[in-house]
Amino acid sequence: MITALWVMVSIALFLGAALGYSAIKFKVQGNPLVDKIDAVLPQTQCGQCGFPGCKPYATAIASGEAPINQCPPGGEEGIHKLADLLGKEFIPFGDGAAPKAKSVAFIDESTCIGCTLCIQACPVDAIVGAAKQIHTIIAPQCTGCELCLAPCPVDCIRMEVIPEEISNWKWRYPVIPLKVAA
Amino acid sequence: MALSGNPLKGGSMNAPFKFHGGIHPPTHKTESNTRPIALANLPAKLVIPLHQHAGKRAKPCVSVGDYVLKGQKIGRPEGRLSSAVHASTSGTVTAIDNQLVAHQSGLSDLCVTLIPDGLDQWIDHHGVDYQHTDHSTLRHLLRQAGVVGLGGATFPSDLKAYGNSNKIKYLVLNGAECEPYITCDDLLMRERAADIVRGAEVLRELLYAEAILIGIEDNKPDAIAALQQAVHASQHSAIQVISVPTIYPSGGAKQLIRLLTGIEVPAGVRSTELGVQCFNVATAYSVWRALHFGEPVLSRIVTVTGNVAQPQNFEVLLGTPVQDLVQQAGSLPNTNGHIMGGPMMGVSLPSDQVGITKATNCIIESSPTLFPPAAPTLPCIRCTRCAEVCPAELQPQDLYWFAKAKNFGKAQEFHLFDCIECGACAYVCPSNIPLVTFYRFAKSEISERERETQAAEQARERHEFRQLRIEREKQEKAEKLAQKEKAAETAKLAALVTANTEEIDPDEAIQQRIDAALARAKEHAAINTAPNPASQSTEP
Repeated sequence: MITALWVMVSIALFLGAALGYSAIKFKVQGNPLVDKIDAVLPQTQCGQCGFPGCKPYATAIASGEAPINQCPPGGEEGIHKLADLLGKEFIPFGDGAAPKAKSVAFIDESTCIGCTLCIQACPVDAIVGAAKQIHTIIAPQCTGCELCLAPCPVDCIRMEVIPEEISNWKWRYPVIPLKVAA
Repeated sequence: MALSGNPLKGGSMNAPFKFHGGIHPPTHKTESNTRPIALANLPAKLVIPLHQHAGKRAKPCVSVGDYVLKGQKIGRPEGRLSSAVHASTSGTVTAIDNQLVAHQSGLSDLCVTLIPDGLDQWIDHHGVDYQHTDHSTLRHLLRQAGVVGLGGATFPSDLKAYGNSNKIKYLVLNGAECEPYITCDDLLMRERAADIVRGAEVLRELLYAEAILIGIEDNKPDAIAALQQAVHASQHSAIQVISVPTIYPSGGAKQLIRLLTGIEVPAGVRSTELGVQCFNVATAYSVWRALHFGEPVLSRIVTVTGNVAQPQNFEVLLGTPVQDLVQQAGSLPNTNGHIMGGPMMGVSLPSDQVGITKATNCIIESSPTLFPPAAPTLPCIRCTRCAEVCPAELQPQDLYWFAKAKNFGKAQEFHLFDCIECGACAYVCPSNIPLVTFYRFAKSEISERERETQAAEQARERHEFRQLRIEREKQEKAEKLAQKEKAAETAKLAALVTANTEEIDPDEAIQQRIDAALARAKEHAAINTAPNPASQSTEP
């Protein structure tokens, strides 16, 4: 009886120690689910989801505080990916949250007064310029988040849809007539 | 990598290796290969696209209204992967704008419109002695002459003629020309074999290759004979003309390399890493023209065939509108379209006004009798005939399934990017499924996604760095403020201390100041009077 108790107690102690040790040794920093969700999000940092950036939105989704249909730049495909990742049902976009065509910001340099307000607003540092100097957008870095539009006091920034050119053209999904029309 | 015959010995032989699959479509070559190459007439207008090569579009370096000479550069290469574009004849630039180009998208691109003056006046040009010119200069000359792969891929040749620290054993010259209808390389090899061999020798030098293997399909005996003769006349010992079986797609770079050397080039690996580099015969020809004569690429041989009265090969100035060219072969009434390239891999042109480019090897005039409308598509019955003919040894029926379902990850797992889009699978499909269009769709979709992921990754990095920077600036500001406050406090304390000492005896402090001022005045006077005793002592 005593032996059995001792054996059980020592096993319990050993397992407890092992678990305790691995809890410290293999501790995962941060929530891995947040990183996985963040990887699916388009990183426009636009705040259209109501959170200040993609990471905060990912954190909110991970903790179940936000629905998965709040990210227009990700498109419906983004919702599908999030649904797959989280094992949830697909939900369509709500009203006024439809995805727009991909675009980049453009500064009208003849109107720009060099106030630097847009530079401070840009979440990805895609605007160059200095006080009282004309600003300009680094187009390849612009995510099209539109956060620079509101702060501009002279309304010299506009969004330009990226046109389809030979360099960014892609093959369409093939449409095959199943029956030749008579 | 062993060859059954020694390529270093020279002479001719049959291809020692085979590749998987392949098909035997009717070749339709005899229509156009019985007539010699004719010089196409000078058209009234040339539309020269500035993007005729893989990579970045050339930047226009002339303006509207400029008079340009034949061979004058009108577009200079921009970035590393780019090439130059030249005026094909002398004349006046009347427009630099977006016009329809020969591209499967049917979109327009930047073109230079040139109205020829009919004089065909050359710009001052001269060649170099390649044996006494260093390799980087030669490569630079090739880039400035706009020499690109004329087999259809139009990859800048200066970048390919570079071993890049890999030891190149074989330089493969592609004269297979496996697509039906096309005979431009055949005629070029027959008529200009000597220059092809000379160009190949230059490329061999640039690559430090050991041997040159020229692969030609055995349905071109005249071309094989002409090249053999040229090789014999040039007395190069390390060039070998090898006839390969007539089987589509033996002219694919990977397939030809396999046929000639037995080396299999996997996807994502450059053939140079395996010691082989491949050029088209027409490219070798233009390399020689560019270096020895200083002539940039201004024209190319184009087969005009299909629904025309007299199918023939023409030497055509780049930028010649398709309409002008086909008229010279006698276009027939019931033509319903123009195909650029062959019937297997070609693209149908959006208009007959697009200009001939460096990639245009053939123009096929299509008609309902030549190319009847495709039979209705039926469901895939998984007969795997496509897998039997696939030269890349893929499972086209699975790839079709995944591409159709947009299951791109799975398609990549099944090596979608090994597909060379040769169309052999669609050719044999009993259900008439346009398989290649699905693979093209899946490929461009995957590439687009990869680009997007990369952009997102970059945006994330930039955003995180910005957060970090803002945080750091805040911290630095706080530290500075703390330091300032500290300094102010110590200054206050010091002031208090001195004030205290002064309070003890104000009169003494005043006296100290007076003493100090007196001392300063004395010092000053001493300096002013110092030279006087010296001057006095020198006087007798």
